[in-house]
Amino acid sequence: MKTLKIFLIIFLFIGLQELKSNEKNDIFKNKLLKNIRCLICQGQSVYDSESDFAVSIKLFVEKKINEEITEEQIYELLREKYGNWIVYDPELNKNTYVLWLLPLLLFLLGGAIIGKLIFKK
Amino acid sequence: MKNNFILFTIIMSVSFCFIIFYKGLNNSNTYIPSLSDKKNIPIFEAKDFNSNVYLNSEKIFEEDTFYIVNIWASWCVPCRTEHPLLMRLSKNQSIKLIGLNYRDNLNNAKDFINEFGNPYSQIIIDNDGTLSVEFGAYGVPETFLIDKNKNIIRKFVGPIDQAILEEIKLTIR
Repeated sequence: MKTLKIFLIIFLFIGLQELKSNEKNDIFKNKLLKNIRCLICQGQSVYDSESDFAVSIKLFVEKKINEEITEEQIYELLREKYGNWIVYDPELNKNTYVLWLLPLLLFLLGGAIIGKLIFKK
Repeated sequence: MKNNFILFTIIMSVSFCFIIFYKGLNNSNTYIPSLSDKKNIPIFEAKDFNSNVYLNSEKIFEEDTFYIVNIWASWCVPCRTEHPLLMRLSKNQSIKLIGLNYRDNLNNAKDFINEFGNPYSQIIIDNDGTLSVEFGAYGVPETFLIDKNKNIIRKFVGPIDQAILEEIKLTIR
């Protein structure tokens, strides 16, 4: 009886660990899918869409996660195949300098104008 | 003077926004990345449609010739429109057609080929759609032109038409 109890506890412990690990994997996969744009849908991420394209990308990402490919490598693979547009979060490169720097410049410019107005008073 | 300047600025801003949105109306909803950099074909393993044997990409693209990879499915209506054009293209000796059967029922796909003819020198199966993702495809039908160096040099989203057929013929000549 005692042995059975020990076995049961070990079995439950392993099961719980497995469940935790699966949950962790799902959270990671969903985070990735939410950052991938469904290219044939209107304003939806792959995570939100059930189109054939989105389903294929979901399976592709799942396969790559199982092959232990990192998040950035998966994005890079998809960028190579579909261009920068596929990822919601654009990387900083020569094509996206304006996109990244313009808000910062506008913020500084706005700050400078406000500062000037305050000090003038 | 100040009021005129404000009015002028408002009109200019509204006109600018109008032009941007108006131009956007004419743009296609489908985003297709440019193929300015030639891309190598992906390395993969896929099941053969007829024999069910796994083949690798090296074996499929082993000949020193141009290849067409056409993604198709029996449930895809536009695939039926482009099929006669593919049949015509298959008669050209300078090119080999590889069919990629996308997320399809095997029996339906076989019925499709029996009914409309087989333009492909080889058909491979993509049950879950991940092989199409390896090629950078959006769905069906889609066609890739591959040169003798095994680079993808053109990508045609949607069914091929007469103009595309002529473009392919001109490229492989």
